[in-house]
Amino acid sequence: MLSHILRRIAQSILVMAAVSLISFSLFNFVGDPVNNMVGQEATREDRVRIRQELGLDDPIFTQYTRFLGNAIQGDFGLSYRIKRPVSLLIKERLPATLELVFVSAVIALVVGIGAGVYTGIKRNGWLSKSILSTSLVGVSLPTFIIGIGLIYLFAVTLRWLPSSGRAGVVEIGWWKTSFLTVDGWRSIILPAITLSLFQLTMILRLVRAEMLEVMQADYIKFARARGLSERSINFVHALKNTLVPVITIIGLNIGGLIAFSVITETVFQWPGTGLMFIQAVDFADVPIMAAYLCFVALVFVLVNLVVDLLYVVIDPRIRMGGR
Amino acid sequence: MKLRKFIPFFAVALAATTSQALAENTLRWTSQGDALTLDPHSQNEGPTLATNGMMYESLVTRDSALTLQPELAVSWEPMDGNIWRFNLRQGVKFQGGEDFTAEDVAFSIERAKHEKSDFKEQIKSIVEVKIVDDHTIDFITDAINPILPNQLTSFYIMDKGWSEANNIVTPQDFAGEEETFAVRNTNGTGPFKLVSRAPDELTVLEKNPDWWGAGQFPGNIDRIEYRPIGNAATRVAALLSNEVDFILDPPLQDLKRIDAADGLKTQTTPQIRTIFFGMDQGIEELRTSNVKGANPFADVRVREAMNLAIDRKAIQRVVMEGLSFPAGMITSPGVLGSTPEQDAEIPLDVAKAQALMADAGYADGFSVQLDCPNNRYINDEKICQAAVSMLAKIGIDIKLDAIPKAQHFPKIQKRTSDFYMLGWGVPTLDSHYVFSYLLDAEGSWNAVGYNNELVNSITKGIASETDLEKRTAMIDEAWSQVRKDMPYIPIHHQVIAWGMADNVDTPMSADDALRPRFITMK
Repeated sequence: MLSHILRRIAQSILVMAAVSLISFSLFNFVGDPVNNMVGQEATREDRVRIRQELGLDDPIFTQYTRFLGNAIQGDFGLSYRIKRPVSLLIKERLPATLELVFVSAVIALVVGIGAGVYTGIKRNGWLSKSILSTSLVGVSLPTFIIGIGLIYLFAVTLRWLPSSGRAGVVEIGWWKTSFLTVDGWRSIILPAITLSLFQLTMILRLVRAEMLEVMQADYIKFARARGLSERSINFVHALKNTLVPVITIIGLNIGGLIAFSVITETVFQWPGTGLMFIQAVDFADVPIMAAYLCFVALVFVLVNLVVDLLYVVIDPRIRMGGR
Repeated sequence: MKLRKFIPFFAVALAATTSQALAENTLRWTSQGDALTLDPHSQNEGPTLATNGMMYESLVTRDSALTLQPELAVSWEPMDGNIWRFNLRQGVKFQGGEDFTAEDVAFSIERAKHEKSDFKEQIKSIVEVKIVDDHTIDFITDAINPILPNQLTSFYIMDKGWSEANNIVTPQDFAGEEETFAVRNTNGTGPFKLVSRAPDELTVLEKNPDWWGAGQFPGNIDRIEYRPIGNAATRVAALLSNEVDFILDPPLQDLKRIDAADGLKTQTTPQIRTIFFGMDQGIEELRTSNVKGANPFADVRVREAMNLAIDRKAIQRVVMEGLSFPAGMITSPGVLGSTPEQDAEIPLDVAKAQALMADAGYADGFSVQLDCPNNRYINDEKICQAAVSMLAKIGIDIKLDAIPKAQHFPKIQKRTSDFYMLGWGVPTLDSHYVFSYLLDAEGSWNAVGYNNELVNSITKGIASETDLEKRTAMIDEAWSQVRKDMPYIPIHHQVIAWGMADNVDTPMSADDALRPRFITMK
């Protein structure tokens, strides 16, 4: 048991190291940051001097070990573009992303499971069929088109909601939250829906498929035979058993939500880490890109680790096999 | 259904909170990118200069017609011995309450000349600063410098005492560990002062009631809220939904839509930025061509043929939807040296171009790669695509490589491109800027290897010629030589388009900078 956990943790560290090395070597291809940092009037000597100061002429491996050495101490350097410490920038931007991910996860779960159960039970109802066909939109349309579509409908045409930005934030210590004001909620709705649609559709379809299967199971037939109410059969006995695979998928997809938020944040000018990453790519702002990619890798690795460890708890077969 | 009854109520509640009454004149505006820093000497970049220029001021400024105007200096004159004397405005106070004196100017020069400053190139001709009295200062230059006032228009003045107290006597260091105080705090003499700043989110400025120019300018803006929006479609949506009053950079294809919307309008004006292609004529053999042992671009007939084969009117009509001015030179109207004759469009003549190619020995054409940015200029990649098909008609087989600007510009700087697109703006509005970077043999952006004795010597000559008439004639002579040699293929001058609410009234200027002191709102 313990050796299993230790093995998984060691593997996670290896994955982190590999991901950060690969992403770091990719930075050779994003362009020359110096060109963006100085004006067009700068002389060649100046450009050379700045390259040397930043160590951009060192071999990529030297740059990587230097980066890693600092990163382990929590120092990701200074952003080339805004000239502020990267760790501070990520700390400032993270609440926005996490709140967005949280709200969209809630939307995806509540609507996804609700609609999934409904379509699983009333298989042939007209509402089920229309829910299923509209849900195709969620999987087939790219996020930025859905986002722009929602903006034009709710902000430009109906004028119910703001088109972009994060208004009405309240500071609680260093954490800026949107949850305490009406304006904050108004501005989080559209990006959260946009970000949730893909996950929502997936959960909906997963729950529906599981429900269909479970409804055929013997214990449901027995429950019916015993004369239990429909409600109790559907929501207590059937739903509970569909949720095991759903929880696994959701766990794995929280990392996906954070990664997908790059596009949603760009469309809605949502001031989170994803937007910061895109701006960094435009500018070839290597410190931010490196830190962000490490951060995303860390999230994925952590979530996977937790899910793996949960398996050990849930599934006795792994526990036994470990002996 | 209960829910259905609830929806209209919800909608009304939402709509009610959107329309907050704005008691004062608040200009809410947006553009693509935020200022990088509020340190006035750290970054020489358009949006950064524009934002800082609302809070800080320079000695000399430009109005919306781009003519020089007094700002912190009331007058200036050249004197014997390479000296420019500036008489400073009296009774000006910084927003922190400090008096503005010649000490502050001397300090700012020193700060901007620092190794880490992005402005040291503009003011490098100043070798010594002499304070004559509290409101008179002399700049001693290395040689006679007739355009020094032009070079000072985006050089902002900081307060000496404030900078020393906050430990910001040098600009932010790229390789530094900490952000300095000046990155997010300002203390200028300008018409607006900083209320709050969240980089890339929201920057709020408020009228400075103690500004020296209060009442002398038509503008009536009390408060400025700037919210950058990176995505172009979202930016336009913000204007269409009345969340902002002004958008600096609407995409050209959306102008009709903005015009058609109730309560919105657009304005356009030519920009000081010319788009052109460069051909490396200075090397022995092109890197990406099938011609070996010779460089086809070294032959002026090939360069002329390429110039004749580009249909600039078609690019204007089809690619730019009419929003560009076909160019005959690589600098824009408004820059000293641009004349209608020099800028006359090079006519389309494919037959003549083919004959010239045959003359030069390339009747069957040749192949070459065209390097093009895809996120820098308006429709940059589409212009390149159009040029590829136009040049195919004279047998030049082009492989197009359109890449982001962060990768494109290093190719030009390291001089590894045979054939590239570049756009050039002229902050000094003087041809010397163009010659010294793009046409002088030593020019740091002369990646075409152009080297002409006459042009080189005129570039040096106009740097110190103070007789305006003689100097203008020299500039014209150099441009005539360039028009003959055709080291570049001029395409067009860009057009600026702004979108705004009907109640906003602002003059436009060719440098694409918002000048809030001239903006009125009804």
